[in-house]
Amino acid sequence: MDVMPKWAEVILVPLISLVLAAVLSAIVILAIGEDPVEAVNLMVTGALGSTYGWGYTLYYATNFLFTGLAVSVAFHAGLFNIGGEGQAMLGGLGVALACLFIPWPHWTLALLGASVAAALFGAAWAAIPAFLQAKRGSHIVITTIMFNFIGAAVLNYVLVNLMRPPGSMDPATARFPEVTHLPTLHDILLPLGISFSRSAPANVTFVIALLACVLVWFLLWRTWLGYEIRSYGKSEPGAKYAGISPVVITMIAMLISGALAGLMAINNVMGEAERLVLNAVEGAGFIGIAVALMGRSHPFGVLLAAILFGFLYQGGAELALWTSIPRELIVVIQALVILFTGALDNMVRMPLERLFLMLRRREA
Amino acid sequence: MDFLTFVQLLDSTVRLATPLLLACLAGLFSERAGIFDIGLEGKMLAAAFFSAAIAALSGSVWLGLLAGIASSMVFSLLHGVASITFRGNQLISGVAINFLAAGLTVLIAQDWFSQGGRTPSLMGGARFEPITLPFAESLGAIPIFGPIYRELISGHSILVYVAFAMVPLTWWILFRTRFGLRLRAVGENPAAVDTAGVSVVGLRYAAVIICGVLCGLAGAYLSTALQAGFVKDMSAGRGFIALAALIFAKWRPWYALYATLLFGLFGALETRPDVIEALFGIRVQGALLGALPYVMTVIILAGFVGKAIPPRAGGEPYVKER
Amino acid sequence: MVEQAPAIELKGISKAFGPVQANKNISIRVMPGTIHGIIGENGAGKSTLMSILYGFYKADAGEIFISGKKTEIPDSQAAIAAGIGMVFQHFKLVENFTVLENIILGAEDGGLLTPSLAKARKTLLELEHEYGLNVDPDAVIEELGVGMQQRVEILKALYRQADILILDEPTGVLTPAEADQLFRILDRLRQEGKTIILITHKLREIMEATDTVSVMRRGEMTATVKTSDTSPAELAELMVGRKVLLRVDKTPAQPGDVVLDIKGLRVVDDKGVERIKGIDLQVRAGEIVGIAGVAGNGQSELLEVLGGYAEATGEIRVNGQPLDLSGRYADGRSRRARGIAHVPEDRQREGLIMDFSAWENTAFGYHRDPGYQSGVLLNNAAIRADTEAKMGRFDVRPPNPALAAKNFSGGNQQKIVLAREIERNPDLLLVGQPTRGVDIGAIEFIHQQIVALRDKGKAVLLVSVELEEILALADRVAVMFDGHIMGERLSAETDEKELGLLMAGVSA
Repeated sequence: MDVMPKWAEVILVPLISLVLAAVLSAIVILAIGEDPVEAVNLMVTGALGSTYGWGYTLYYATNFLFTGLAVSVAFHAGLFNIGGEGQAMLGGLGVALACLFIPWPHWTLALLGASVAAALFGAAWAAIPAFLQAKRGSHIVITTIMFNFIGAAVLNYVLVNLMRPPGSMDPATARFPEVTHLPTLHDILLPLGISFSRSAPANVTFVIALLACVLVWFLLWRTWLGYEIRSYGKSEPGAKYAGISPVVITMIAMLISGALAGLMAINNVMGEAERLVLNAVEGAGFIGIAVALMGRSHPFGVLLAAILFGFLYQGGAELALWTSIPRELIVVIQALVILFTGALDNMVRMPLERLFLMLRRREA
Repeated sequence: MDFLTFVQLLDSTVRLATPLLLACLAGLFSERAGIFDIGLEGKMLAAAFFSAAIAALSGSVWLGLLAGIASSMVFSLLHGVASITFRGNQLISGVAINFLAAGLTVLIAQDWFSQGGRTPSLMGGARFEPITLPFAESLGAIPIFGPIYRELISGHSILVYVAFAMVPLTWWILFRTRFGLRLRAVGENPAAVDTAGVSVVGLRYAAVIICGVLCGLAGAYLSTALQAGFVKDMSAGRGFIALAALIFAKWRPWYALYATLLFGLFGALETRPDVIEALFGIRVQGALLGALPYVMTVIILAGFVGKAIPPRAGGEPYVKER
Repeated sequence: MVEQAPAIELKGISKAFGPVQANKNISIRVMPGTIHGIIGENGAGKSTLMSILYGFYKADAGEIFISGKKTEIPDSQAAIAAGIGMVFQHFKLVENFTVLENIILGAEDGGLLTPSLAKARKTLLELEHEYGLNVDPDAVIEELGVGMQQRVEILKALYRQADILILDEPTGVLTPAEADQLFRILDRLRQEGKTIILITHKLREIMEATDTVSVMRRGEMTATVKTSDTSPAELAELMVGRKVLLRVDKTPAQPGDVVLDIKGLRVVDDKGVERIKGIDLQVRAGEIVGIAGVAGNGQSELLEVLGGYAEATGEIRVNGQPLDLSGRYADGRSRRARGIAHVPEDRQREGLIMDFSAWENTAFGYHRDPGYQSGVLLNNAAIRADTEAKMGRFDVRPPNPALAAKNFSGGNQQKIVLAREIERNPDLLLVGQPTRGVDIGAIEFIHQQIVALRDKGKAVLLVSVELEEILALADRVAVMFDGHIMGERLSAETDEKELGLLMAGVSA
């Protein structure tokens, strides 16, 4: 039986979790001798006070949108994909190969080709854990963790031994050709008469991420495939009864999830770095977990959560620049968000449920 | 490759296996009681920092060790509150703990020491020194046995001996005591324990606390014995290798020893490409060797080499059925 | 002579789970050395009451007296200390432990296992002699049959020196022969002075085994009587609150062509155990064939194979065309396309997605129906409209398609499933446990709908563990035991006694 009304479930619970995480973060800032109010001020000005700040905020948000959607799609199928990090790494490899070895005539085609490559590589890296889960019952959480490490090792090997330009000491590929460079928000908005910071990395990928958001929503709630994914995620015996194959749905959901995580690479590798470096993903795969949990695995919630984390990331960088608060503060906040919206969900929910039950009894 | 090189290789295998073994046994207690723990990494990291920090500040490695264990236990209890009391998702809780530790250690290190997220180097009494076992020098002259005794068995810090002693102790607790019986039962079928009049919550908290203590030892070993001080992210995935070893060992103490020694050997070989080249005649990339434990675990998980069946109630919060 | 204090006395026990009141102000007295039955329908609150007595749940209000002494039972530890033992419906055994390990769990002597095990071995031997409860102490639980596992549960309670033994639906998984054996054991325990509480929803067991009986209905205790002073009819009436319809109104069947034809069907489950060992069965148009049997004798597997989600060997034809038995991808879908509809045994696990709305559940299994699509997208409006119409025809309350399935009562949930399946006008309807956990009003409606489909000339295969339901509803009865069909009878020409023998594997 539903004890709480839907609005409480969708808005109140995540909001209270967020407030709890914020309060604890403020305490952490106080404990290291800084002023939380001042810190928030700095973060807001740094991340949202200029088009430069916005450009970084949206750039990070784009990464988190992809990885957040990736985790969400898997969640809907009842699967916990911790492998977004590795899948995004491999997506980067796909982008690098597509950009370096195919002579593209125009950036639009390059973007299309690189997107396909990124999605394919990401999906491929998710395919093995998915297959092992579907066919052999190997716990996908453990296998995807293992595949993050294996992915890092593979990338390391490829960059150091195979793709490093001769003479370079850096474990990174050569720079991508000029034609594959993506237009930044500055380039896009200029013809519309809006002047946007030239040096911020936000680029056309943000639009693609928004598109992915809409597509995922349609997929999950407006197609029979999404219906099957959600059914399987809620009840495996039910899915079997309804003629939904657990093996097929596990594979499809993880392939979509891996593809979404891989797609992140067109933002950070193609759009920003314009070459593939060793630690290109920078933990965005893991932040996807926090984003999906906070956004309740709904594309719109994921969008809001991704922008919030984009803000935190850019704001955190500004903090590290102007105060003695290290960037790791963001990791702490991220951990607290995961803790409260994910693991300690019941801590918030149980008292709320009791409250609503009391209210209902009084009415009755 | 001469005999001494071989012994030295085994010696570094032991050093590298020690933190893995402690963390693996930590996970064993927790998961045997039905609490999955992917937060071993975070707990080790927290313990590594706090033991180094307190040792640096107090000059006593023993105080450091206590602080390390205490910090690891705090994280363990957090995991317990989330997964036992509030019946949350154990995997998500573990993920959160890993990030919390990664962030907080650097934050506090910066606040306390202002050295870019590290502690000062530990010296003298702030570090665990190697222990020379009796007659190590005099017996060292005996061929074969001598070098093994002097190089391999003698000359480790106390925590190494503790870790190896923990293996039979864990076995004994698990299979020869009342506590062990109940612990294993609660990981298989908590309802059986509950209806037998034993507290499921109490048992699981006990398991989680033991897990915290052992992770604390593992972390303290990293920063006060293996190295001399804490650096950012110094656990470097060891918690996950321990997890892999636990699966590899199929949640059994003696096998945990073998698995961690094997993974320790990989670690030792990673730093000695010359040895591999001498042995196999090929150059193997260190990074690929480092990934070997993960690859092997995936193969085990896939069930191609004997199926690894986790405790049946693992990962499930205990709710009395209606 | 001074009146003896009751072994157990409950006064004014109440318990709510969230918004559901499971027990309302219940009082009961059980005298020592007797077998006391508690009877009631599924969901009447019997198990909840006993779980409170065993300290598994905490009562919201009320008092417990053991042998005349007020006793607080906050947890199972306290219940054990008060001399209460309980055998749950679902056994609480650690499957990969030995019998001995299970018996000492929680009742060990001291911190070390070896002496505890040695002592338990000795005590166990004594108990076995005393009560005739033979079981191998070193056998691993998962290798034992259910009857043996139940013995272990009883021994567990006796090892803890229980004077009061509660058994919750102990015969649900037993054959009639095993059940008889159990009742002999209980009788012996009573002679030794133990007090026994038997929870069941089977009238026969109450009449045969108990000295006194209490009846529960919707969380309330409606009566406590001496068994010798009452009759099954009276108990049944007390249970459901009015006279029960033991026969469904229906005309004799007029069987037509063979719709379902099963030949030499074998099913091996994923543990490698053969569950169906070569059965032949036919169902004709215009008849209801009931499969009777104790749960776990292959009936569920039969439904799963017919529903398209379990592998099998042998041959099944529907309307003369063979079915694919490989259990491959989405066979459930092809089954539906072939005119097979399926009301599964467990609607909450299989038939419905409890978090989905009623309209989403109405598309469940038929979600790829062209009528529910518009282009690549689902036509949600069409599904909603369809749901609303079905809810009206099947009188689902509340008639709100947007409400989640979990917010409907058991009977209304079942109606949602039934409406979905029956309104497809299938050639063959598979129905498992159609009225399990369904209130009496809905039972009649559900039975009528199934009969109506038969009268339209459709074939119905009914699986139920309730013999009464099978006899009332089916035209022909096949009895399954241990993966075999023991025999077929026309329901007009058989009775519970004959079927009961077949269910026990005794071929007549």
